[in-house]
Amino acid sequence: MQYPPNVKIIRVMCSARVDPTIILEAFIQGLDGVMVLGCDLGTCHYLTGNYYTERRMKTTKKVLKSVGLSPERLLVDWVSAAEGERFATLVREFTEKVRKLGPLGKETEIDLERLKTRLVAAKETLAQERIRWLVGRERELVEEKNVFGEKVPQEEFDQLMLQTIEKEFEKRRVLLSIEKEALSVKEVAQKMGTSPREVLRDMISLESAGLVSFVGIEGNSPKYRRVEG
Amino acid sequence: MNEARVGVFVCHCGTNIGGFLDVPSLAKYSLTLPYVIFSQENQYTCSETGLTEIKDAIVEKKLNRVIVAACTPRTHEPLFRSACKDAGLNPYLFQFVNIRDQCSWVHMHDPEAATEKAKALIRMGVARAVLLEPLEELKIEVTPNALVIGGGIAGMTCALSLANRGFEVKLVEKKDRLGGTLNNLYKLYPTHDEASRLVQTRIKEIEKNPKIEILTSSEVKEVEGFVGNYNVVISQGENNRFFKAGVIIVATGAEALRPVGMYGYDGEKVVTQLELERILRERRFKANSVVMIQCVGSRNEKRAYCSKVCCPTALKNALLIKEANPEAQVFMLYRDMVTPGTEFEDYYGKARETGVVFIKYCPERPPVVENSSVKVYDELLDEELSLPYNLVVLSTPMVAQADSGDLAQKLKVPIDEDGFFLEAHVKLRPVDFATDGIYVCGCAHWPANIDESIFQAYAAASRASIPMSVGHVTAEPIIPEIDEAECSGCGLCEMACPFKAIQIERTEKGRKAMVIAASCKGCGACGAGCPQRAITMKHFTDEQLLAQVHALAEVTP
Repeated sequence: MQYPPNVKIIRVMCSARVDPTIILEAFIQGLDGVMVLGCDLGTCHYLTGNYYTERRMKTTKKVLKSVGLSPERLLVDWVSAAEGERFATLVREFTEKVRKLGPLGKETEIDLERLKTRLVAAKETLAQERIRWLVGRERELVEEKNVFGEKVPQEEFDQLMLQTIEKEFEKRRVLLSIEKEALSVKEVAQKMGTSPREVLRDMISLESAGLVSFVGIEGNSPKYRRVEG
Repeated sequence: MNEARVGVFVCHCGTNIGGFLDVPSLAKYSLTLPYVIFSQENQYTCSETGLTEIKDAIVEKKLNRVIVAACTPRTHEPLFRSACKDAGLNPYLFQFVNIRDQCSWVHMHDPEAATEKAKALIRMGVARAVLLEPLEELKIEVTPNALVIGGGIAGMTCALSLANRGFEVKLVEKKDRLGGTLNNLYKLYPTHDEASRLVQTRIKEIEKNPKIEILTSSEVKEVEGFVGNYNVVISQGENNRFFKAGVIIVATGAEALRPVGMYGYDGEKVVTQLELERILRERRFKANSVVMIQCVGSRNEKRAYCSKVCCPTALKNALLIKEANPEAQVFMLYRDMVTPGTEFEDYYGKARETGVVFIKYCPERPPVVENSSVKVYDELLDEELSLPYNLVVLSTPMVAQADSGDLAQKLKVPIDEDGFFLEAHVKLRPVDFATDGIYVCGCAHWPANIDESIFQAYAAASRASIPMSVGHVTAEPIIPEIDEAECSGCGLCEMACPFKAIQIERTEKGRKAMVIAASCKGCGACGAGCPQRAITMKHFTDEQLLAQVHALAEVTP
């Protein structure tokens, strides 16, 4: 049983220990692919851990897509401790897939500098309370009835999740662009390549959440900066 | 704690590692890493010499972190941890780096790349080790009472074995009498002893044992708690019984598949092996042409496993038929005869000698049971045969109890895709569950012969008596720590924990998550999902994992 030496293993007690932010950090550090492997669904050593992994990683893949990375750079699969040969096959196939995808960001031809900023925004998105809360509640919302006797259809939930991710991701990008310098809405929009109207909407909501502060007016434009901490 | 002083020991493991990796260069490389003040190669780090060298280095070089780069933590981590402890170093300041299973064995054709990978793994190990914190093991008192669930041969044997060691046992059986599957058998292979004799002997032994309380027509209703302190509720009809158990043994057995809708099964002209046993026992057997079909409902897409006991059972019943009526014809239609070991191979030979006819069929062209004959394509003869019969006997697999999933949920232990209980590790811990203090034996785990059920029962009794004899257990302190100021009491962690080891409680500062350390298994599912990120998973902290990621991303100079 042989497999390519490109993959290095970080041991955790259960795949459910893997916080999605750690995966984003791996990409920020320039790694080309991440595998998250757990026991087969239904045979989790810790009973239900891998079901959480599955949902958390599903969200992580969506975030990667928003960043402009192929979600295929994150492999989530199930392989028991007794399936050495299958593990080797997974490593071989994944190494080959990542090799085909090429260096990080090649799939959308995004330059490294911009990619890094987007990845940091993505990491912050996944650290964000609302997203984590939604991921944690998914099973309950989709599979069990809520107090009003309603079940949320999976598609509806996925749609909600996607919207929330996109919204949060854009807000985090706004925050990052005014981390080191105070900028006007227009300047932020230029930097991000989006419309000033959207940036303004994000800025207002960030300001009311106490995450950005108004630092003064230059010309006709109010300038904002990220609140530290 | 003072600044980290890391020592790295790189093991040759004879030629297992040394034959493929450049171990001297790994030891040298280790010294270039931050905080590493000492490194050394060993022929066998796990040998007495190796362990002494670790202990000496801890004292002489004032090491406060120890790394061994060697085989695998699965087998050797406890050994090195205890060496650290002997030398006065907290065992949780030890870090294993796996360079045998993860380098030399799996990249043996590319020693150079394997050595480079080993360097990366050591670098990652050092990065984590520096951030390790000393932790104290938890000590939990153990109630010396056992609960055995299931009164078949495995459960009875286990209960007796535990009682004979002096422990109180509650033996819970769903049916109204003890005996389980054995009650339905006639004679046992390969000795042809009467099944009823074995059952009666065991039941008598149990009945006169003052340490065992038999609870028939009883079911486990609820189980809460953790090793040494399980609170059990047993329902007996309308009544509930409550008691405390230190350990729990699952011996709920399995049952034979009823092949409804297969091969014209009707319970009269087409029966199962189990039904044949009953016909033989009640001396109602009259047929003079019998066709047995093996692998009915097993080794297929729905049920991939081989049930193992059906081939010997079919051979036994064929021999018993021949014994009762030497003129009777017995055809056995098989895919592969499974008769491992010396006894069963002889048994197979004996069946051939007495004139049982073996016909190999293939699953693509299975036999067809018609009104008075069975049509079968003989793979070896390449010919369609027509076998007249008075009785068709179907060899069906043992399947998991229909309610094994319910019990698994109550005990918080896993079952596999076929509904059988899943042990902690197939080789290292074959009768333990991952949940401490719960054990498994007999067919609840997997189709087993009676002798296998009995020795599994002895094994489970032996394992279960360890915590009860010692009187306490220690638990790994790999548990979550809650930052109370950050915790919003949202309850996601409580939901994510299948072991009820984290619960929301009302405090003066509002709803807060509380950790029940003894119940915690250390998976970390709670922490990775906390919206406030208020949970630190000890020994696998975010910082420690991130340090490994960062060290991995660094390029080797």
